[in-house]
Amino acid sequence: MTARLVLENLKHKPMRSLLSMFLIAVPVTLILCLVGLSEGMLADSARRARGIGADIIIRPPKTSMLTLSGAPIPEKLIDAIDQKPHVALAMGMISFPVTSVSYVSGIDLAGFNKMSGGFRYLRGGPFRGPDDIIIDEYYAQQHHLRAGDTVTEILNHPWHVSGVAEGGKLARLAVPMRTLQDLTGNTGKVSQIFVKADKPSDISTVLEEMKEFLPGYNIYTMEEFTSLLTVENVGGLNTFIHVMVGIGVVIGFAVVLLSMYMAVLQRTREIGILKSLGASRWFILKIILAEAVVMGIGGTIVGIGLSFAARALILALYPASLTQAITPGWWPIAGAISLAGVLLGALYPGLSAANQDPIEALAYE
Amino acid sequence: MSEPLIEVRGLRKVYRVGKVDVPALRGVDLDVPTREFLAIVGPSGSGKSTLFHIIGGLTPATGGSVRIAGQDISSLTDAGRTELRKQKVGFVFQKFNLLPNLTAGDNIAIARYIAGRDLKPEPEFEEVLKLLGISGRLDHKPAALSGGEQQRVAIARAIVNHPAILLADEPTGNLDSENSCAVLDVLRDLNRRLGQTVLMITHNPEAAAFAHRTVRMRDGRIVD
Repeated sequence: MTARLVLENLKHKPMRSLLSMFLIAVPVTLILCLVGLSEGMLADSARRARGIGADIIIRPPKTSMLTLSGAPIPEKLIDAIDQKPHVALAMGMISFPVTSVSYVSGIDLAGFNKMSGGFRYLRGGPFRGPDDIIIDEYYAQQHHLRAGDTVTEILNHPWHVSGVAEGGKLARLAVPMRTLQDLTGNTGKVSQIFVKADKPSDISTVLEEMKEFLPGYNIYTMEEFTSLLTVENVGGLNTFIHVMVGIGVVIGFAVVLLSMYMAVLQRTREIGILKSLGASRWFILKIILAEAVVMGIGGTIVGIGLSFAARALILALYPASLTQAITPGWWPIAGAISLAGVLLGALYPGLSAANQDPIEALAYE
Repeated sequence: MSEPLIEVRGLRKVYRVGKVDVPALRGVDLDVPTREFLAIVGPSGSGKSTLFHIIGGLTPATGGSVRIAGQDISSLTDAGRTELRKQKVGFVFQKFNLLPNLTAGDNIAIARYIAGRDLKPEPEFEEVLKLLGISGRLDHKPAALSGGEQQRVAIARAIVNHPAILLADEPTGNLDSENSCAVLDVLRDLNRRLGQTVLMITHNPEAAAFAHRTVRMRDGRIVD
């Protein structure tokens, strides 16, 4: 009977109910998009790193997991590493930010081909000159580029698109290493070095050797490096997510507080009727809380649906800039966050309804 | 002689309006035997609604005593008065006061639910629904019912838990004369056939004529 009453109450003012659910859905979507973007972009970075085909990655001292500040590693180290026992190949790479979320990578294409098996070109082909650029299919789609076109917005340099490659290897934008080094004032320097061991059983030996050879550098096996690409290991990201979660609770709280407060005012007479029938304070409170919980659950479902819509929108508009993962693991968390918000928000209207004087409530017009 | 169902002695009620005390009842004495149909009449402000609210457990008294079936309700807590409304009293209001979102059937069922009983009334209740003439209207929401039908649903809701007292506050105040007559007939039938004790507040002398007895109130006292 409580369920029927709650359902009928929600159906009685469908616009209010739907609008409340939509507003509750907003923070749920916000949280799921934020977490999805964080996890999606980290997973994308890990996938690209694995696509290089290296066994070990050497990064400069004091660098974060996601970003690289400049190119502080002397290029001559590559040859020295190449000479080490059990090392099949060492390859340097310089990365430079193009936007806040994307990089252009300067590579030695011959070394890269040897290590990764090379790009799979959908159109065009490898570099033929120093100002050539290889772009991935998503960047090409987003910026409406084809092989043979000229791009000028990357480091204000006229680049000639030599090829459009399948995504998933290295960066979305690859240019000859020398050109990028010279353009960015990093001649003779690289951002990171990738190492391939002679065979998988040599990886740990090479790793120890590298750590001894380059003390202070961040040196990981590729497996270790990609496993470290998580939300917890990226400085500030977890805190940011917590702040957004807090905002989600506050929005859910405020929406439901206003919505239920209005509902309680509109239903003052009905509350009086229920009291005249012998309904206890707890009965009245239970109905208000149950109504809020239904709106919270509805809002969560709508929010999850909207996170899919947001992902589709991002894929359609910015396929090369943002990668949003769908994170089912976060659905119950987002649901619990929204329920916490709505329960808090419904408490005050619920208590004021429960404490209504029945005579005053019955006289309410 | 057996104890009256309702026994009111020296009942007083003072409302605080701002900083002013407004006496609504100034010492009411009243006995209502079981199975009586009593009409309470009087001008506005005479205290009849306040008496109704105290007997129905909607508000506490300031002084005096009210006993219903031997139980002193003047000392009840809020929870105790809630229990009284649940088990011993049924209300019928001038404005019908049905829950607009529920069907007529659910309006009756919710009273059963709140009282902790089976949602489906006893089979004998079918007879009461027939007597009230609403058997075929239970699936309709209040907005789809006429005023007379709404009031008869309200009467069904008020008696579905077999309360000791049915309190009717101006039950015909919002009805035309035909529907008023029908509702008063129903109240008298319930009293006669089921032995339901009825207290009815009314302004209308014709409505009061349906009762066994009429008491008049003025200035917070029973005068006749």
